[in-house]
Amino acid sequence: MLDDFMMRATLAGIGVAFAAAPLGSFVVWRRMAYFGDATAHAAILGVALSLALSTSIFVGAVAVALVMALTVSALSGRGYAMDTLLGVMAHSALAFGLVAVSFLSGVRIDLMAYLFGDILAVSRGDLGVIWGGAALVVMLIAWRWQRLLTSTLNEDLAYSCGIDPKREKLALTLSLAITVAVAIKVVGVLLIAALLIIPAAAARPLSRTPEGMAITATLIGAASAVIGLRTAYVFDTPAGPTIVCIAALCFVTASIWGGIRHLV
Amino acid sequence: MSLIRVEHLGVSYGAHQALHNVGLTVEPNEIVTVVGPNGSGKTSLLRAIVGAIPLTAGTVDKKPDLRIGYVPQRLHVDPTLPITVERFLRLPNGVDKQTLDTALERAGVPDIASRQMSQLSGGQLQRVLLARALANGPDLLLLDEPTQGLDQQASAAFYRLIEKVRRETECSVLMISHELHVVMAASDRVICLNGHVCCQGSPDIVSSAPEYRALFGSGTGGALALYRHEHDHSHDGDCDHDHSPKEAAE
Repeated sequence: MLDDFMMRATLAGIGVAFAAAPLGSFVVWRRMAYFGDATAHAAILGVALSLALSTSIFVGAVAVALVMALTVSALSGRGYAMDTLLGVMAHSALAFGLVAVSFLSGVRIDLMAYLFGDILAVSRGDLGVIWGGAALVVMLIAWRWQRLLTSTLNEDLAYSCGIDPKREKLALTLSLAITVAVAIKVVGVLLIAALLIIPAAAARPLSRTPEGMAITATLIGAASAVIGLRTAYVFDTPAGPTIVCIAALCFVTASIWGGIRHLV
Repeated sequence: MSLIRVEHLGVSYGAHQALHNVGLTVEPNEIVTVVGPNGSGKTSLLRAIVGAIPLTAGTVDKKPDLRIGYVPQRLHVDPTLPITVERFLRLPNGVDKQTLDTALERAGVPDIASRQMSQLSGGQLQRVLLARALANGPDLLLLDEPTQGLDQQASAAFYRLIEKVRRETECSVLMISHELHVVMAASDRVICLNGHVCCQGSPDIVSSAPEYRALFGSGTGGALALYRHEHDHSHDGDCDHDHSPKEAAE
């Protein structure tokens, strides 16, 4: 069954959706959308470094994304607004990454594959990494769920319950770095943030509880991956962007549905 | 044994000293109200007690296994976060349906368990926050300006509610407020804070203390001015506000 490249691609897309949707819900609730984007852009530098050092791309991407996320967290509130800081970090990391890749002679690198993903080329090994990483993220978020949610609602409330919001933020940052690294192959660094945010945003008008929103987002993400791949196959369009397009259509439909329900 | 004993507490934000040498205790079954002008460090005091900000000096001792019910000044529920009142009350340690209903009933908002948090009015939200604090069976309620944004009548109703809760659950209350008149009716002890403890006592004593009038003007204290309070309050000149009694207009 795993011999079929379409099957592997579908499983890869679903795997990423499983990690991205619950994490994406927190990204939406905490208004970290740009933070997700910045972490993803930084990952291209990780890709370049791991190609230069001949290590696993997953490890390189996680490491650089994590360093990037931690640096931004540490520097925020020290004279620069968060969005300025993220803008500086994200685009310089992307630029340095692209320049670094150009230095790698002897290795023929399809840069497009890392910018926009190459889900149809997912190998069995990639699939293992994607599902392993996704399982790690889902378990981490499920384990910290109550504490993450309390910290997201109000930090002082969290402190009064004996929860350290800074530690919970670290858990989210770590999850974000892992998700970015596993999603590179599927949608590429430029579209990872879309996979985080769009399913969660589409799930919002359909949900009454945080858990409901995370589960609905997961379903929307997974459905977008399956339908997007099928559509890409039929119309011969790039797979990663097609998945994002389907997710965006889900968002539009859900918003209209939410609006109508609100009016009636 | 005191539920909370704060000694020589200091809190600084960078170079700004928000609190210095603050001492206070809360005894079982007691309502303590902290009053002070904006920027006097009232909220910093509560945040220091719950552990949300680091102390730069002094100690905060809590009775072992003290259960604190904290009611924050306000709670902004982002509209992107769908959450019902019931789900909110179950954070972070799930409580059973019975406890949850009792807490809502006690806070005066039964029948709103299935409403969305982002759609509540200011008064309802305040009572839901109180219900959440009550759901965990607290020994001590910490309330940060619970009546902010409520009109006079709603404030009075909220204070009556706190009194009733104290009677029923025998918990202590440490409350921040700037509405002295309403507070007076409810509290056993008032502490006047402005970076440090300016004075404390039972409500009618504080309202006549020169420090209080200096902070708020004589407008609210006029009727109580007949009560002369002997102050043993001295300063080392390390604070930047005026302690000299203002000549009241009356």
